[in-house]
Amino acid sequence: MDLNDTPQQTEYREKVRAWLEEHKAQAPAVRSTRAGAEDEAYIDARRRWQGMLAEGGLAGVTWPVDFGGQGLGPIEQVIVGQEIGRARVPGILDTIGIGMLGPTIIAHGTDEQKTRYLGPMLHGDEVWCQLFSEPAAGSDLAAVQTRARQEEDGSWVLNGQKVWTTNAQFAAFGLLLARTDPDQHKHKGLTMFIVPMDADGVTVRGLRQISGEAEFNEVFFDDVRLSADAVVGQVNDGWRTALTTLMFERLTIGIGSEGMGYKEDRFAHAIASDPEARRDPEVRERLGEIAIELLAVKFAGYRALTALQKGQIPGPEAGLSKVTMVNAAIAAGELIADVVGPDALDDDSEWAYMISFLPGLKSAGGTEEILRNTIGERVLGLPPEPRLDKGVPFSELRAKEKEAATA
Amino acid sequence: MNLGLSDEQEFLREAARGALSRVKTIEAAREALEGGELPDLWPTVVEAGWPGLLIAEDRGGAGLGAFDAMLVAEECGHVLAGAPLLGLLPATALLQAGGDQSLEAVAAGEVRPAWLPARPPGDVVEGWTVDARTGKHRPSAPAAVVNGDTVRFTGEVAWVPDAPGADVFVVVGVDEAGAPVVGVVDAADATVEPIVRYDATRTLGHVSLDGAAGRRVAVDADEIARAWYLAQALLAAESVGAVAATLEMAVQYAKERFTFGRAIGSYQAIKHGLTEVLRRLENARSLLYFAGWAYADQPDQFALAASAARSAAGRALDYAARQNITTHGGIGATWEHDAPLFFRRAQLSRRLLGGTADATDRVAEALLAAA
Repeated sequence: MDLNDTPQQTEYREKVRAWLEEHKAQAPAVRSTRAGAEDEAYIDARRRWQGMLAEGGLAGVTWPVDFGGQGLGPIEQVIVGQEIGRARVPGILDTIGIGMLGPTIIAHGTDEQKTRYLGPMLHGDEVWCQLFSEPAAGSDLAAVQTRARQEEDGSWVLNGQKVWTTNAQFAAFGLLLARTDPDQHKHKGLTMFIVPMDADGVTVRGLRQISGEAEFNEVFFDDVRLSADAVVGQVNDGWRTALTTLMFERLTIGIGSEGMGYKEDRFAHAIASDPEARRDPEVRERLGEIAIELLAVKFAGYRALTALQKGQIPGPEAGLSKVTMVNAAIAAGELIADVVGPDALDDDSEWAYMISFLPGLKSAGGTEEILRNTIGERVLGLPPEPRLDKGVPFSELRAKEKEAATA
Repeated sequence: MNLGLSDEQEFLREAARGALSRVKTIEAAREALEGGELPDLWPTVVEAGWPGLLIAEDRGGAGLGAFDAMLVAEECGHVLAGAPLLGLLPATALLQAGGDQSLEAVAAGEVRPAWLPARPPGDVVEGWTVDARTGKHRPSAPAAVVNGDTVRFTGEVAWVPDAPGADVFVVVGVDEAGAPVVGVVDAADATVEPIVRYDATRTLGHVSLDGAAGRRVAVDADEIARAWYLAQALLAAESVGAVAATLEMAVQYAKERFTFGRAIGSYQAIKHGLTEVLRRLENARSLLYFAGWAYADQPDQFALAASAARSAAGRALDYAARQNITTHGGIGATWEHDAPLFFRRAQLSRRLLGGTADATDRVAEALLAAA
């Protein structure tokens, strides 16, 4: 067992650290909340910083060299993340594009798409958003209803609505999953598209959450015209393309859970200054249990990295770390508010922000309940729940659902 | 970055599994519950070389680390094997740290030591303490009077794992100034009251010392504290093995048992419960890695890591043992079923060596001290 760098990793880390040391004066400030999302000047600064990171080889670390990446492994990605944290500068702005959508285009896109889109994505010149979830298709993603119809000239017309779209308010493009053939089964008849966010008929509306901030958006599509070359992968084979994106999402979660700032020492610090609290057996027990969960997440991350290094792709069980982390952070918010009192719920308090943010995070990237189903079935090998949507054309399925709901 | 098992560690684990499979430990656990005698696993332990696991190679041992010992403990826990590791291994760690003269004989299995546990001081409870026979009170560790290379101990240590059957005790006492002192005492010079309580696979004893003279072992307070945390890590590993075993049982049953026309494992109520067992199992296992890594590379974090592992694994085992019974339904709560054997293990284990709650408190203490 060894958590230390190999000599090559040490050398790489020193190179990254030196670059950051030289350039960090040009970086925008780190904001503890995501309050920057509505501040245009800040976003522009973050884009420019991402461009610098890309020039320095600190963005797209795992991307192939042919597309401007470094062609390195997940460990180097983690080293860059650690050094960026250590330098107290922001990381890349477009984590969704570079972490999930770019790799999807690399896997399924045409040569023209790769040439046109990957460079500006990497440099932050064009930010991307992920247009997958809908009001009635979240955990059950294959239930998307946003409809793309093909015209005689091969172009497409898009209608529908997406939701929970991070960065849509300043994104240049979105990767969108649409239904192209409702007469096929649910997982068939889907197609992946590249959508220019400035196209006629695209409307982005901020979606305010508990904290009052709009970190997500709703995106509406009214007769949006897309050219034939907007398709990523094959027509009616969009589910396969989507699975690639979701695999990269899992990878991001598997090694990235620790990066959310829910750390045991941060929570202990909030309590340590209260001499009564630090001797209170109940407070100590709660803090101990929370810390144990977060320490486990940290070492589960190291285990996942070890597996990745050996070329193993993390399975759905990587999601358990997210479940553990979110629930431990919720318990920490409870504990800190109990100790501090109503001041912890003040608008300006970092704890109020965390407490407001976590109920939604529980469902982010797939609800905890669906995740537990998937893990039960794929990891433990338990039989699936009987499903009523298998082998039924999507159009009939919708009719059945409506009938059942009104019965 | 490498937090995986080495080839040697895989081999050690396989060898442990093989050695234990030759003894029908689960059947023995049931027979012991009916009043039968537990099989003597000491010959198995000696043959496998476990007494020398933590003893240096130049003293006749294997020179391995805590994580290797935890792998063996995990295999023992998986089959509820009553191998006396909790008494043995912390004792050998102290003897090794002090370079005691008995190391070769211990490594060869000719002398069987058991450690008399003493809990290091914390920020709420001061002084070195031991488990009481009953209640929340924590008595002081036995009084030690040092005279040159000899030390005399007077006091009682209750609920000592693996005390019956030991040839010598590695005793932790405190001198007049409250400083910890370690000595090796012949078992014949102590009074051992053997106890079987709830989990018949666990050999326990209350040990009394009345001026018993022993050979002093030259170890410092950090090394003595380390023995406590090593025992916490071993108990954690043993519990992780037992959690894995109950999960296998429950998953198997959930696939085979049908209600309302389908396997019960297809219901979310069952599936989510078993996924929660898996979550707790994997978390506890990750903390075993933390403890193993800290023991070898980051000794100042070992107390935190071992305490975290003990707490997580203990609570995971309670949850898993109950979930296993729940998954089986009423049959899982019957005398004849194996599920209650693991339930018994869960209930007793969590109350030994300071208890799970003490381990949780030590995690909070470590973090508050550093904050």
